[in-house]
Amino acid sequence: MEIAQKLLFILVAEVFIENFVLTKFLGICPFLGVSKKISSSLSMGLAVMAVMVCAAIFTYPVYTFVLVPLNIAYMNTIMFILIIALFVQIMEMALKKYFSPLYKALGVYLPLITTNCAILGVTLLNVNNEYGFLLSVFNSFCAGLGFLMVMLIFSGIRERVERSDVPESLKGTPITLIAAAIVSLSFIGFGGMAG
Amino acid sequence: MSCLKTFLNGIIKENPVLVMLLGTCPTLAVTTTAANGLGMGITTMFALVFSNVAISLLKGLIPRQVRLPCYIVIVAGFVTFLSFMLQIIPWLYWLYESLGLFLPLIAVNCIIFERAEAFASKNNPFISLIDGLGMGAGFTLALFVMGSAREILGSGSWMGLKIPMGEISPMMIFGLPAGGFFMYGIIIAFVGKITKKPPRAIGCEGCPSRGVCKDFAKGGDN
Repeated sequence: MEIAQKLLFILVAEVFIENFVLTKFLGICPFLGVSKKISSSLSMGLAVMAVMVCAAIFTYPVYTFVLVPLNIAYMNTIMFILIIALFVQIMEMALKKYFSPLYKALGVYLPLITTNCAILGVTLLNVNNEYGFLLSVFNSFCAGLGFLMVMLIFSGIRERVERSDVPESLKGTPITLIAAAIVSLSFIGFGGMAG
Repeated sequence: MSCLKTFLNGIIKENPVLVMLLGTCPTLAVTTTAANGLGMGITTMFALVFSNVAISLLKGLIPRQVRLPCYIVIVAGFVTFLSFMLQIIPWLYWLYESLGLFLPLIAVNCIIFERAEAFASKNNPFISLIDGLGMGAGFTLALFVMGSAREILGSGSWMGLKIPMGEISPMMIFGLPAGGFFMYGIIIAFVGKITKKPPRAIGCEGCPSRGVCKDFAKGGDN
C-alpha cells in the first residue's frame, strides 16, 4: 500500500506540480524549438520519454555497482552523459536498421536529445533523491510523461498564436515565451495538491 | 584590434542569451536573484574559457565524426572540476547550494557546444580564450540584468539589499517560474526593438547538434 502511495505521489508531482519544463526549467530548448506543430511535438515528446526511461535503466546499475563501490560518485556527471550519448547513438542505429517507420518519425530528434538537459537532469535527480531501481525508472517515465503533456498543450496553443494578430515587436520568440509564462502560471494551481 | 572585436562580439553582436537565444534553461532557472545570475554566469564563463582553450588545442586530434562525444567529455570534466572548487572554497559554498542541479548541467549547456563547434575548433587557443571570455561576459551580463529585474520586481530587493518602495508591494510572480518566462520574453522583445532586428526563432539554427542532424538542415521547418 505504501509503495502505491509513493508511486502515485511521484506521478502527480512529476506531471503536474513539479513539471520538468514549467517549474524545473529543464528541456526548454526542445519545448520552444520543436513545438510549432502538434505532430512534431508528439514525436519529440515520445522520443524524450523513451530516452529518459532507458537512461534511468542504464545509469542506475552503473552508479550503484561501479561508481559507489569505487568511491568515485562525484564522476556521475561525466559517466551519465557518456552513457546517454552512447546509447542514443546505438538506439539511432538500431532504429534505422530494424524499425524504419519509427526511425522516420523519431530519428531526427535523437541526436538533439543527447545534449538535452532534461535527460541528464532526470538521471541526476534520481541519484540525488536516492531512489531505488524501480522508483528511478518510474520517476523517469513520469517526468517524460509530464514533458510530453506540456509539449502537446503548448503546441496546440502555438498553432493558435501563429494565426493571431500579435504586436509587431512581440512577434516570434517573445510571444512564445509569454505564452509559456501563461501556461506555467496555470500550473501553479496544482501547487496545493501535494499537501 | 581583432582581439577586442572578438571579445565584444560575445557581449553585443552575438550575445549568447539575448541575441543567439542559447542556454535558455539556466537563464530561466537561476535568475531568481541578481547574485545567483552573476554566480551562474561567472561559473559558466570559467567552463567556457577552459573548454574553448582545450578544444582549440586538441582540434587536430579529434576525429570529425565523433566530435560531439569528445566535446561532451572535455566539458563534463571541467564542470566536475568547477563544482569541486565551489564545494571546497568556503566563501563560494552558497553558490554551490543555490545553483543545485544546474551546476552539473553546465556540462550540457548549448553555449559551450556552440562555441566549440563554431569557434574553438577553427581558431588558435589564444583567440579562443578571448572568445570564451567575451561569450562568458555576455552570458553573465544577460543573467545579471535578468536576475536584477526579477529580484527587484519579485521581492523588492537588489543583491540582497532591501529597496524602499513605500506602499507598492513586490509582485511575487516574478520570482516564480512563470515570471521567468515572461521577463525573458519582454527582454528579448526589447533587445529586438533596440537593435531593429526581429528576434531570431528559437530552435534548430542555434542548436549545437544541427550539424549532426542533417535532416533538420535540409527540412528547414521543424
